[in-house]
Amino acid sequence: MLKTVQGKAWSKYLLSLPPMAYLLIFFAAPTLIMLFSSFRYPGEYGGLAPWLVQDGGQWTFDLTLESWQRLFGTDIYLRLFVKSIGYAICTTLFCMVMAYPLALMIARSGRKSRDLLLLLVILPFWSNFLVRIYAWMIIFSPVGALTRILNGVLDLFGVGPVTLMYSPTAMIVCLVYVHLPFMVLPLYANLEKHDPYLLDAAQDLGAGKWRRFWLITWPLSLPGITAGSILVFIPVLGMFAIPDLLGGTDGIMIGNVIKQQFMESRDWPFGSVLSMVLTVAAVAVVLLGSRLSRQRAGMSGS
Amino acid sequence: MVWVFTGRENGALLEIVNVSRHFDTFVALDKVSLHIEAGEFFTLLGPSGCGKTTLLRLIAGFDQPDGGDILLDGKSIIAVPPEDRPLHTIFQNYALFPHMTVAENIAFPLRMARVAKQDIRTRVAEALEDVRLPDKGNQYPDALSGGQKQRIAIARALVNRPRLLLLDEPLSALDAKLREQMQIELIDLQKDIGITFIYVTHDQGEALALSHRIAVMDHGRIIQVDEPSRLYGYPGSRFVADFIGKCNLLDGKVSEQQGSRVTVELDGLGSVYVSGLETQFAVGSRCALTLRPEKIRISRSSAIPGASDTLSSPADPSPLSSFDGESHFPGYVHDMLYLGDVTVYNVTLANGVLLETLLANSASGRTNFFEIGDQVEVAWSCDAGHLVLD
Repeated sequence: MLKTVQGKAWSKYLLSLPPMAYLLIFFAAPTLIMLFSSFRYPGEYGGLAPWLVQDGGQWTFDLTLESWQRLFGTDIYLRLFVKSIGYAICTTLFCMVMAYPLALMIARSGRKSRDLLLLLVILPFWSNFLVRIYAWMIIFSPVGALTRILNGVLDLFGVGPVTLMYSPTAMIVCLVYVHLPFMVLPLYANLEKHDPYLLDAAQDLGAGKWRRFWLITWPLSLPGITAGSILVFIPVLGMFAIPDLLGGTDGIMIGNVIKQQFMESRDWPFGSVLSMVLTVAAVAVVLLGSRLSRQRAGMSGS
Repeated sequence: MVWVFTGRENGALLEIVNVSRHFDTFVALDKVSLHIEAGEFFTLLGPSGCGKTTLLRLIAGFDQPDGGDILLDGKSIIAVPPEDRPLHTIFQNYALFPHMTVAENIAFPLRMARVAKQDIRTRVAEALEDVRLPDKGNQYPDALSGGQKQRIAIARALVNRPRLLLLDEPLSALDAKLREQMQIELIDLQKDIGITFIYVTHDQGEALALSHRIAVMDHGRIIQVDEPSRLYGYPGSRFVADFIGKCNLLDGKVSEQQGSRVTVELDGLGSVYVSGLETQFAVGSRCALTLRPEKIRISRSSAIPGASDTLSSPADPSPLSSFDGESHFPGYVHDMLYLGDVTVYNVTLANGVLLETLLANSASGRTNFFEIGDQVEVAWSCDAGHLVLD
């Protein structure tokens, strides 16, 4: 009896071994290496300098806090972080506002049209991410139809011409476009599971349309909103491709700076410092989100 | 104790007038009319797809009729949205809000009616007392058992005193023992608060146990509306006789009527008297005699003198005059079911018809009075059965 129970426990560990090993090798270990790198000197031609040097027959550690001091020595990076978080919050909010009605509509439509609508939501994934951003560049181009029509209309009201390309507007539009499905899908998965009788019951007990939404549908969908928000917020926080292509000089985000450190500046230690801060920020957001949704789940509408 | 209704047509609480509902070509309700009195426990009974739930949803307002009118206190409520109708529904799955505590669930209709906060607190506490769950207020519905959820759903629906309570098969999710207990609780509750209940079920036993009046429905129409005992004793049609309880149907033809007593010639058996009838039957019309199994006496054929004669001549239409209004027929035990309290004997009559009879196992130790194949005699008094026309 005891033997079989032990055997079962063993098989459970055995099953979780591959994913555990994968996460250890490709997530935990690199993160620790990155943390360690942030205390090392940059190599002369990029990369990292050796952390153990022989100095007159004696082996000494060659580590430094220089990169961390650089981070806190100026407010440039702090402001970049704040700006990136601002972009991430904006994108998440826009996605939420746009995804909610869409997910609700899909969840409440007939079974046949539901499958089609879901297919349409994930349809953009069929083409490459960069190709889709290039498409937006064409749309936003100063000689493109959209800009021309917009400026034509603005001219009627005596407002000067605007450029859409290389602006925060262009970035937000594109960030929202790329991440919208990540908000729609978890929200849909949540809303689709709602018991329709709950809304009938609420209506029966005297709740009008809006109160049915705010007192029943909305609180029950909070776990879906949390999941979607995390899926949007974190990738946007570390995004560098969209700011690179659409953001111009003002649109730079923390992801661009990190990429810059590893590529152009060849300052791996400082890149590691920024990456660590970004990782900690992302983990903090996830913890905050899950805590918030757990509190809300047990909370009343009163 | 006994509920008596007077002035049924005047000042009914809820009137359903010629209500129809079609789904494409399917007729869910076909010109249904009903009057439901204040304080009544009224049941809509029928097989699945008979339209009873459709009718309930029309009363609640979740669906609109294609024709006809629904009047509450004499005023049409067709145009009133569900949230503004002074009636509540108990759903089959209770539909308790999972993200609210029990107390918040019960407070919900009061909040919707914008009742003051302190009043809500006292009324929720009272409601919890009423359903005997005073200390469950802070729990979430997930933590409750099926019966407790049921009670909370009832408390929530009754807390702001609706004119009408609609119950959509509320006990179907409970196990048999709990269901019986909840039936008794429902009867007591309804009696205490005096709110009109409209109850939907496909379970005829439940309908008989709970209701003051029952409307039997089939294929979108009301077949018969009556008190449970009358529905059981005087079914108006083969369908009702067959649907409510167990019933033997013996086919025959009306041959004579004298006042309330009708002579019926049963196919292949002979003539019998049926007394206590309230309607006039045309002579010669096809009909069926409805006989409940418990109203038939079964005895050993040798115990009755002259029984062997009847056995030898099954077509002899003589049993009429014998034994002060009782009809006797010979047969043999085809099969039997021992059920503990009673034994069911299926007796094959001379015309080949199988008659279901009940014998209470009153003597201790003796379980089977008859064996399969035994020659027996079945008998019933002339007021035991009822006639339904084809």
